[in-house]
Amino acid sequence: MLLSKKWLSEFVDVEFTPREFAETMAMVGFCIAGNESEGEGIKDVVVGKLLKIETHPTDPKYFVCQIDVGGGRTLQQVTAAKNLVEGGLCPVCLPGGNVKGGPTIGTVEFKGVKSEGMLVSLPELGLTQNDFPNGIEDGIYFIDPEETPCQIGDDILPVLGLDDIVFDVEVTANRPDGHSVIGVAREVAAAFNKPFKAHTPVVKAGGGPVEEAVDVRIDDPELCPRYTMRVVKNVKIGPSPKWLRERIRAGGMRPINNIVDITNYVMMEYGQPMHAFDIRELIGKGGKAQVVVRQAGEDKTFVTLDHVERELSPEMLMICNAHEPVGLAGIMGGLQSGIKDDTTMVAFESANFYGPGLRRSGRKLGLRTDALAHYEKGIDAQMTLDAVNRCVELCELLGCAETLDGVIDIDNTGYTQRVIKLEPDKINRLCGTDISREQMVEYLTRLQFEVKGDDVYVPSHRADCEGMADLAEEVSRLYGYNNIPSLPHQGTTQGKYTEEQSFERKMVTTLLGFGYSEAITYTFISPKWYDKIRLPADSPLRNCVVISNPLGEDTSVMRTTTLPSMLETLSKNYNNRNESARIFETGKVYWPAADAEQLPEERVILTLGSYNAGDFYAMKGVIETLLKALHVKTPTFVARREDPSYHPGRCATILLGDVEIGVLGEVHPLVAETYGIGARPCCATLDLKKLFENRLPEANYQPLPRFPALTRDLALVCKEELEVGNIEKVFREVCGELLESLRLFDIYRGKNLPEGTKSVAYALVLRDRETTLTDGRVSKLIEESLAILKDKYGCELRG
Amino acid sequence: MNSKISELRTKALSVIEQAADLAAIEKARVDLLGKKGELSAIMKMMGELSPDERKELGALANQLRSDMEQALEQKKSVLAAAALEQQLKAEQLDVTVPGNPLLTGAQHPLHKVLDEIKEIFIGMGYEIVDGPEVEYDKYNFEMLNIPRDHPARDTQDTFYVTENVLLRTQTSPMQVRTMLKGKLPIRIIAPGRVYRADEVDATHSPVFHQVEGMVIDKGVTMGDLKATLEVFAKRLYGENTVARFRPSHFPFTEPSAEMDVTCFRCGGKGCSLCKGEGWIELLGCGMIHPKVLRDCGIDPEVYSGWALGMGLERVVMNKYQIDDLRLFYENDLRFLTQFN
Repeated sequence: MLLSKKWLSEFVDVEFTPREFAETMAMVGFCIAGNESEGEGIKDVVVGKLLKIETHPTDPKYFVCQIDVGGGRTLQQVTAAKNLVEGGLCPVCLPGGNVKGGPTIGTVEFKGVKSEGMLVSLPELGLTQNDFPNGIEDGIYFIDPEETPCQIGDDILPVLGLDDIVFDVEVTANRPDGHSVIGVAREVAAAFNKPFKAHTPVVKAGGGPVEEAVDVRIDDPELCPRYTMRVVKNVKIGPSPKWLRERIRAGGMRPINNIVDITNYVMMEYGQPMHAFDIRELIGKGGKAQVVVRQAGEDKTFVTLDHVERELSPEMLMICNAHEPVGLAGIMGGLQSGIKDDTTMVAFESANFYGPGLRRSGRKLGLRTDALAHYEKGIDAQMTLDAVNRCVELCELLGCAETLDGVIDIDNTGYTQRVIKLEPDKINRLCGTDISREQMVEYLTRLQFEVKGDDVYVPSHRADCEGMADLAEEVSRLYGYNNIPSLPHQGTTQGKYTEEQSFERKMVTTLLGFGYSEAITYTFISPKWYDKIRLPADSPLRNCVVISNPLGEDTSVMRTTTLPSMLETLSKNYNNRNESARIFETGKVYWPAADAEQLPEERVILTLGSYNAGDFYAMKGVIETLLKALHVKTPTFVARREDPSYHPGRCATILLGDVEIGVLGEVHPLVAETYGIGARPCCATLDLKKLFENRLPEANYQPLPRFPALTRDLALVCKEELEVGNIEKVFREVCGELLESLRLFDIYRGKNLPEGTKSVAYALVLRDRETTLTDGRVSKLIEESLAILKDKYGCELRG
Repeated sequence: MNSKISELRTKALSVIEQAADLAAIEKARVDLLGKKGELSAIMKMMGELSPDERKELGALANQLRSDMEQALEQKKSVLAAAALEQQLKAEQLDVTVPGNPLLTGAQHPLHKVLDEIKEIFIGMGYEIVDGPEVEYDKYNFEMLNIPRDHPARDTQDTFYVTENVLLRTQTSPMQVRTMLKGKLPIRIIAPGRVYRADEVDATHSPVFHQVEGMVIDKGVTMGDLKATLEVFAKRLYGENTVARFRPSHFPFTEPSAEMDVTCFRCGGKGCSLCKGEGWIELLGCGMIHPKVLRDCGIDPEVYSGWALGMGLERVVMNKYQIDDLRLFYENDLRFLTQFN
């Protein structure tokens, strides 16, 4: 919302610097995003009088002018401008001065003639012909002394109305009234504790009854709670006076003509969109002028002012004459609408339309206009009358039309003023303050609330105030949030992490200690990513939560696996020439429920990924050690040959007992190639909740062993394809509790071994906690194990 | 005999004195004192002497043994010290050669700062709650006083799954879920991912993180809100940080406020980070709207509460002066490892 300081001063007498204004307003909830002095960058430009014009002595394309710039000073300037008028008043930049966006103007020699300063055009002052219709844009601007009384030597900024400051006010969504000069002025008055000078329009009228000029019919009172209209006749279309054009410009719009400018002026002043109909539009194909407010219904298309044919939906609200639509209610007029140079009779519409309805229409049509912006924020239906009266008042003030008597005002709002009980104790209890009742009444009164006894009457433009808490906000923001004493409440709650949160934190800390860095990736992905990890077409993982209005395909489904996100991360690092990578992420996957109206199951997955940082066994070691650190059951690993994303010979399902908790593997070479990773990446995924659920019970103290252990190193020759897990299993089964530890310390292939075999070397440590273990007992157990191993798997003790 | 003893003494002392290293000492000990050594040879001859002579010479021999032992010991310790010195000298290291590196990973900066935030609130008696990211419209909007067609829905461009299921646009639905559980009093923070249909650029991402906080108890006031958040700001940005509160608007709080903190780079003097204002917007907060409490089954006549919400990315970007939000989601190790 752009606010002119001059316009504001019509409603509040207050002086401030831009900084003071910004700070005071921020403290009542209206942030000032910025301010701009209109004459910013313009320096030493004054009113000058063109005394004499002569052709340049050597170049007839140029003129040499003598200019009186006041104070007895005359400047000589050389110019190529052709619209020079002897005796005319024009803006002159003195030597050492600046025009908008230009360098400092000096004194120069031009083809042998001295030229001091510069004659100035409208664009050089940041202005257009719309701002000064008597001027041109590609020549010197000559001041109209009738419109702009001034003296030679006057500073040009106040003369041309460039001495205003425009503030950019940020308005929160609860304050639609703040999108108007009056709305902000009320807040300024309250914030600075100055009286608010309200203006009630005074209309002379006398042009005959309005009822004879136009009929209005509302077919959908819910979509159009109020429709107010006044008509003027004998309209003389022409430019607006200078003061009005200045306001329009300060509000960020372009002056057009008096009638259009008046509607824009009132919209900015009141926040009430206005529409001016040429009465001929409302007459249409004939008969009496008529306004019908109805839904589009059968009408399928409509061509708007901007020459675009719009597709209508039946529920869209239209303004029609007796025959056909003439405008999209509250959004934009039709192709034929608008004020023409030969317009003589104008109907001003000041209507209240149902905001959410217009908002939906605007969205469907892909249309946004200033009027729509006001409506969808929700505006006060009680201001339509004042606003329309202000329009015709301005017409009378400008002397550009004659007002018909009476107002058409169809009011279906059923408005009664809202009353809230003033409960000072409750307000103080909520705010933690000790503000007196009188003080509260004073604050509320300043904000235009009326307090009678215990009743607070809410002004109609403050529909956001519904109850005690709203009054508390009004009171506390004028009291000053920063004056509320900071007093901590003495709570009785205990701050802590849950067991699961502590578990996750320990996991993260451990992984960081292992040299893994943490990534955070997007949780929505492209369905094509499932192809990149070679998921078959019928994979259940392809069944995902689909976003109905995604930004693009890349982020259109919620992931059911974290693997592609990790591969993407590894790929980026690889492409950025990071030599090696160890990365983890704890992130969610989303498994859709059978019924799309139900929420999906969200599971947190720990994902590990690496390249050039060790092989399958390196990552397996990380997982085993991590689980040990987390005091989770010992995992088992089962070869997983069918996972399309992984190397078929280098992939394992991770189990805790019978529970499948994850997958570990070297990424399939084709997948690695797809992601452009030239190393051999490894990845693993583990379900966090399943890890947490499979924690071991808290440890009990075990007495330190009192009896010595015996160790045996054994090397076994077995078939290449035998998984060593089988050998370990036999030792564990046979030795039972006596086997304190079992460590695979070497796998050897090659020389001295038959083709297709390998030698597997174990170090076994056995101990009996109750007595000294004898060699004989150990040998017996080993022999028994070896016998089974030979029998079952053909393992031989290596000679 | 007597002379033999004194000869041996002279010789022994000279041999010991001249021993160049521990091996020579050991050899001397064996030669002089060993079973087949020179002293033993003398002792063996004692048997042929008269008891008186034996007594006298025996004493002399024993004296010699003891003197030799002492001399050996003395020389040995001198040589051992020298040997040790030599060894230590030989073992001298170049301490400027780099140590054997251990790997250490880097926590993601978003989670690093989030952990700091969690610790601060845990210290003040808060618990941390989590909730679904794919959420019911009811919890994300309606129960937070944002009905359909509310303009606030426009500013939070929402990803929908169905008409009633969406990707949460804020962490606030976790407040609703916590309130609906009905266990009072409540002191929680609820961090998490949120989703809004914003195209990716340096300051926007369709996925980002918020941290939500909520307190509900008897007698909770705006003074408590201020006190708590002032402590929070000081803990996060340093003891000299000053907080200020400005009125604002959120549909689910009333009164509502924005909290600014003094710029942690310039200390409030004004710099490019705070755009010359000296203040940086940190979070939104306010007293929970009575309607929200009531809808969640909490009697606003008995209980009151406050809530806060902040964007984690912005906090972290400010803290480390990161200028591009996309870096958080690109996970380049050269970025991630900067914040250890």
